[in-house]
Amino acid sequence: MRYLPLTDTNRREMLDVIGAGSIEDLFCDVPEAARLKGPLDLPNSVDEQTVETALRSLANKNLSPSNVPSFLGAGIYRHHIPAAVDHLIQRGEFLTAYTPYQPEVSQGTLQAMFEFQTQVTMLTGMEVANASLYDGATACAEAVLMAQRVTRRNKAILSGALHPHYREVTETSARFMGSNMIACAPDQNGDEDIISLIDEETACVVVQNPGFFGHVRDLSPLSEACHDKGALLVVIVTEIFSLGAVKSPGDMGADIVAAEGQSLGNSAGFGGPTVGLMAVRQKFLRQLPGRLVGQTVDADGRRGFVLTLSTREQHIRREKATSNICTNAGLCALAFTIHLSQLGEAGFTGIAKLNHARAVQLAERLSAVAGISILNDTFFNEFTIALPGPAAGVIDELAAKDLLGGVPVSRLYPSDSELENLLLVAATETTTDADMQALIDGLMEVLK
Amino acid sequence: MAELKYTEEHEWVRVEGTTATVGISDFAQEQLGDVVFVELPEVGKALKKGDEGAVVESVKAASEVYAPVSGEVTEVNEALNDEPGLVNSDPMGNGWFFKITITDASDMDGMMDEAAYKAFAEG
Amino acid sequence: MNDFQTTLTGHQGLRFEEALIFEQDSPGASGVDVPTIPDHAPKLGGLERRDSIGLPGLSEPQVVRHYLRLSQQNYSIDSGFYPLGSCTMKYNPRVNEKVARLPGLGDLHPLQPTQTVPGALELMDLCATWLKTLTGMPAVALSPAAGAHGELTGLMTIRAALEASGNPRKRVLVPDSAHGTNPASAHACGYTVASIPADDRGRVDIQAMRELLDEDVAAIMLTNPNTCGLFENEIIEIAKAVHDVGAYFYCDGANFNAIVGRVRPGDLGIDAMHLNLHKTFSTPHGGGGPGSGPVVLSEPLAPFAPLPYVIHGPDGFELIEQDDRPDAHPFGRVKGFHGQFGMLSRTLSYMMSLGSDGLAQVSGDAVLSANYLLAKLKDTLSASFEGPCMHEALFDDRFLEGTGVTTLDFAKALIDQGFHPMTMYFPLVVHGALLIEPTETESKETLDLFVKTMTELAAKAKAGDVAFFTEAPKLTPRRRLDETLAARNPVLVWKPDSEQD
Repeated sequence: MRYLPLTDTNRREMLDVIGAGSIEDLFCDVPEAARLKGPLDLPNSVDEQTVETALRSLANKNLSPSNVPSFLGAGIYRHHIPAAVDHLIQRGEFLTAYTPYQPEVSQGTLQAMFEFQTQVTMLTGMEVANASLYDGATACAEAVLMAQRVTRRNKAILSGALHPHYREVTETSARFMGSNMIACAPDQNGDEDIISLIDEETACVVVQNPGFFGHVRDLSPLSEACHDKGALLVVIVTEIFSLGAVKSPGDMGADIVAAEGQSLGNSAGFGGPTVGLMAVRQKFLRQLPGRLVGQTVDADGRRGFVLTLSTREQHIRREKATSNICTNAGLCALAFTIHLSQLGEAGFTGIAKLNHARAVQLAERLSAVAGISILNDTFFNEFTIALPGPAAGVIDELAAKDLLGGVPVSRLYPSDSELENLLLVAATETTTDADMQALIDGLMEVLK
Repeated sequence: MAELKYTEEHEWVRVEGTTATVGISDFAQEQLGDVVFVELPEVGKALKKGDEGAVVESVKAASEVYAPVSGEVTEVNEALNDEPGLVNSDPMGNGWFFKITITDASDMDGMMDEAAYKAFAEG
Repeated sequence: MNDFQTTLTGHQGLRFEEALIFEQDSPGASGVDVPTIPDHAPKLGGLERRDSIGLPGLSEPQVVRHYLRLSQQNYSIDSGFYPLGSCTMKYNPRVNEKVARLPGLGDLHPLQPTQTVPGALELMDLCATWLKTLTGMPAVALSPAAGAHGELTGLMTIRAALEASGNPRKRVLVPDSAHGTNPASAHACGYTVASIPADDRGRVDIQAMRELLDEDVAAIMLTNPNTCGLFENEIIEIAKAVHDVGAYFYCDGANFNAIVGRVRPGDLGIDAMHLNLHKTFSTPHGGGGPGSGPVVLSEPLAPFAPLPYVIHGPDGFELIEQDDRPDAHPFGRVKGFHGQFGMLSRTLSYMMSLGSDGLAQVSGDAVLSANYLLAKLKDTLSASFEGPCMHEALFDDRFLEGTGVTTLDFAKALIDQGFHPMTMYFPLVVHGALLIEPTETESKETLDLFVKTMTELAAKAKAGDVAFFTEAPKLTPRRRLDETLAARNPVLVWKPDSEQD
């Protein structure tokens, strides 16, 4: 078997040294009743070619968004990832390295993560960031838990513009901690009044900007209203490219930013693995969950990097840790930082602007189609349109013609019938004129 | 003359009148290694004997410092915010953590004197 | 005192010093060409970003050089041996990387209409079938993103099941040898934690456990084989005692590599167990992640598994994102979208490659290699327990007594010899622990070189050459780093000189 270096000769020699007759003898502590007596009902080993063929046949059953017009968003976005990114993350020294607990032989990972942390603070306009969490939704849940620890209050208000998965994950973690989550009604018109809900028991308000339905809002008044009552403002960002075009959450008064970084460096991957980001104000540093990389010097006085403030973490504080989290998103965070480094200021803001321009063009063209109206006065690269009838059926018809026309809101709000005609449509720098024309033509065909 | 006693959690307690000053012993600071952060209680906080009073963190460990007596926290050592290393360099003096009033003198029963603590720590 | 010659550049032959990316800024430069932006009337509500973000500009070749040089400062399993107990640092097969990236797998959007992704759902179902069969359990939750996340998910499932029968209970029992994620997860689930001591054979003290078991106990969390590398031979009795008080048995599956293909946790009475796909199932560690921690579940717990899941319906595979069926009580959602699909595809590729026979050989060779190291090292180091061990062997620092050399110093000296240190100071049940797990993907030559190195280092320590250890490592890109300074004065972001304190 190609991954097992030991030969039968090796095994015999090793057993002799141990003084055992067979490998089975080494399992003597396993109770007889627990030992498998025969092979499991699974196939035996196969060669590499067979594995590839099997996985390829599974892949070929799926409609790949790389080959067709795709307007899918709702928290995961199709962007062009420069070829260098995937080459670099596949270097064995990055791909197959362990967590950098031995900093002397992990400066590659540690420096890259220090750069990542810095980039995340720059994008979000915040003061300190961790070295990533699993994804945006779990980062959102961690942000609420953190706000509760900091304010010593229980209640969190979840905007109706918050991605439903983020809300569900946050509600799930809150359920077991005995917390009080107030979820607002879906905010498809971008005009919810959340300020009137804030009181002295509120730990935080969680808003998303741009919102789930696409709206871009000035959060400064909300930030003031929160602080007046001693609550924190948590801002969620699901499309990280928006920070290249829109005022940063930090600039608008956020206390905690939790975000999804997938758009940089990471393909959609059917939803995972991706990369969760978290950035906070300096004064909340000790309550920040997740790994942190800090700068220091070595025995020769040279600058180097180490994991630090570990006493917040599970392997030391155990049940008193800031979180039970152990891993970060590692390689996905590396892909993010490499992509962003390759873009630089000019590239990142340029591509962001291009995203917005494509979306503006698409919105103009769609609003000219009979029966379609756009709900948004503002958006970055994704907006909501209302169709004459249920959007899910329209999308299914388009899919049958190899066109991925967008995400029906009903996919994420299955029980809200008043939303069933709504469709989320995203455009990025990968959206061509031909793509847009195909969508217009397709919709006109289906809607007639 | 202040009375100096030790608890089994390696804390020292120096009593003057009805106030006790609390810190950790030299043995404890050596076990912990370089102290990087101390989380002090709020002044005015009421603690029961055995409650968590403070938390002391080194690079690799975090330890609770328990209230050795029931009472109210009257003062905390702000110097530790900027110089947590004082716990290592002067654990019995400038590395003190907090002062607490003693509401029940019998809370001091069972604590060890210097000699008994030395034997306990080395045992 | 370092052993380098100083050079003009700071580089040392093929060993490069690499500055921070922010220190290499060419303002306006980019490694990407931005296409022409069409004229458009902005719809940002006047909230255009006007401040500069501060990102440095570099061309593509500069970016590639930067990260290539950084990579060269990393040790990795591709570089050499990691005897890291509890981590299962095994070879990461490259075909897994290839198939995970196939168009039609790597680029799928999670919210495509499900009829456009039958192959993806089938992949998840196949992966689930393999994992259920290997563990002998009827159900699996595929969505947790990592082992610790899986633990939390397993405990939440248990709590949901207890709440459904009217009483969530109060406490979770955890051995003092457990990994820190165990009590942290219990706490995140609203439970308090009580410790179970180990007996002098390194296993759970079953008598002490029985005394702690009452109807306030929601669950016990055990690792099996345990963190001392030993199989809990009374595990079936433990399961029975736990079930007798109406509690559940959670098993931390971090050490599944010892028994995969030979023992099924389902046969031991376990109710929930997370698997670390980045340990037993070869998905890459990536410098700290991403992981994946699916949780296999017993019959009583299955109805409470979190959303979403794939079921095999009459018309093929269905992705269930909301379940209104009367017998389904999912406790909620633990992750955005569907889980770590990219790690599932790699895992399926691995399991198919090895097959039933190969996986049994994996655990066999893993246990063989660990026992080989135990046999060869037990007279030089101090083995904490009598053999045989499972896939890892535990030593403590008694062999260093009186030398002035600590476990840490010993490990740092190993680095100069080209080995990553073993797991140190874990588990906490012995002093100065050294936990060694070779895995099954090391050749006998590598194991013998490791033994030789450890033996000579031990002799050097006993001979009193303390400086050799306390000054180690000397040959790495950086010497020992000041972790106290890093924690006392945290510098967590780069700032331009103008903004430095």
